[in-house]
Amino acid sequence: MYSEKVMEHFRNPHNMGEIPDADGVGTVGNPICGDLMTIYIKVKDNRLTDIKFKTFGCGAAIATSSMITELARGKTLEEALKITRGDVAESLDGLPPVKMHCSNLAADGLHAAIEDYLKKRGGQK
Amino acid sequence: MRTVYMDYAAGKPVDERVLEAMMPYFNQKYGNPSSVHSFGNEARKTIDEARGRVAELTGAERTNEIIFTSGGTESNNLAIEGVAYRNKAKGNHIITSSIEHMSVMNTCKHLSKQGFEVTYLPVDRHGFVDLQALEKEITDKTILVSIMYANGEIGTVEPIGKIGEIAHRKGAYFHVDAVAATGQIPMDVKKENIDLLSLSSNDMYGPRGVGALYVRTGAGVQPVVYGGGQERGLRSGTENLPGIVGMGKAAEIAKAEMKIEAARLTNLRDKLIKGILDSIPESYLNGHPTERLPNNVNVRFSYIEGESLILSLDMEGVACSSGSACTSKTLEPSHVLLAIGLKHEEAHGSLLFTLGKQNTEDDVKYVLDLLPGIVKRLRKISPLTPKELIV
Repeated sequence: MYSEKVMEHFRNPHNMGEIPDADGVGTVGNPICGDLMTIYIKVKDNRLTDIKFKTFGCGAAIATSSMITELARGKTLEEALKITRGDVAESLDGLPPVKMHCSNLAADGLHAAIEDYLKKRGGQK
Repeated sequence: MRTVYMDYAAGKPVDERVLEAMMPYFNQKYGNPSSVHSFGNEARKTIDEARGRVAELTGAERTNEIIFTSGGTESNNLAIEGVAYRNKAKGNHIITSSIEHMSVMNTCKHLSKQGFEVTYLPVDRHGFVDLQALEKEITDKTILVSIMYANGEIGTVEPIGKIGEIAHRKGAYFHVDAVAATGQIPMDVKKENIDLLSLSSNDMYGPRGVGALYVRTGAGVQPVVYGGGQERGLRSGTENLPGIVGMGKAAEIAKAEMKIEAARLTNLRDKLIKGILDSIPESYLNGHPTERLPNNVNVRFSYIEGESLILSLDMEGVACSSGSACTSKTLEPSHVLLAIGLKHEEAHGSLLFTLGKQNTEDDVKYVLDLLPGIVKRLRKISPLTPKELIV
């Protein structure tokens, strides 16, 4: 059902965990639907210096979370905001069609974390 | 790698003895039972022997009360649609439960668009049909009550005899979907007031693509498949001779070995349940502890999702199922788990093991050795898990 790449990330998810002093946190999805994802980011000089995730959900949800941390790490905020759901799926050599909508939340999670960071920073000014 | 198949509800291997019995009927004994010549006579005799074996498994009084179909789904369609259309003049009300198989659910849904009224009885947290609700809902307009013998997902065995009594008191036909229970537990259509009983071949280690419907003599049923009038006109189409022979042999073996195999599986089932509940915090049994199919283990774990559990077990060679939305085509969690009162997120975390002939104590031990670590790993990944559970 899943590509080998998806299974690889499911087996050994990259950057799994929390960042206690995160600069931005984004949570998307809903346990009622079966997928819930939290992305934590550290930002320095407009760049994502660290990114971690925690995910409740199916294999695709865990693999996309892992993949987004790889895609986004080191990127500028502008670059990170351009990462799409399609980019995540493509980097995983595709997802089953049925999983494209429900479990492919990682890009949304990343964007939510960046928005959280921008909002907090805006508040400080 | 070691493999442990614990998904027998999804599919079973054909018993070697069944396969052997079937083989000649592909290319050596190929007569059509409708033919007048000796080839036809032989085929007819063979089918009637198989019919007799299936009849014996159900307690049917007459052999010709067994109608062969293409499987459990067709049997359920024929029973429900067949009774509904034939008895329209008497009434338009059908009663079923909220935990039936999709072949019952969707047939009823279809009929509700054709002018029939369908009542879906609630079940309690164990999955038992609410008998008081049945008494309350059944009226003179009720033509059919359709309740499953046992639920294939949570294993709950329904009080079939009592339900049949209530249905008959009001003059309604009683159909029982016994597909999940076929060959696992004894049933008796006479004692249990059953008018129609759906059976599946593969569920008792027979081939797929064949099933049967017991139709009590005198029950008014109209066909859903029209043609040459085979199977007393209730199921037209040239008989699936090898399949029917296989189902007959499977029924014979099931009847002879059911008691011993059910005891063996019940022992494995209870060991697996106890082992899981003892070793994994916040794990729960779905269904009833004792009134359940001998091979059914349905558990749920808080904070994690079933598909990732299945994938993790599959990587270690263990095959099982889940009621999670993420494993269904419709992306809805199991209607059965929701009907017993589970929240969506609880249904997502369910895991279904269905044991069978080839499972051993070692298999149970293998799963029990693996599962706590898998649950722990996924809980570590989940943002929902309370801190104290992952230290």
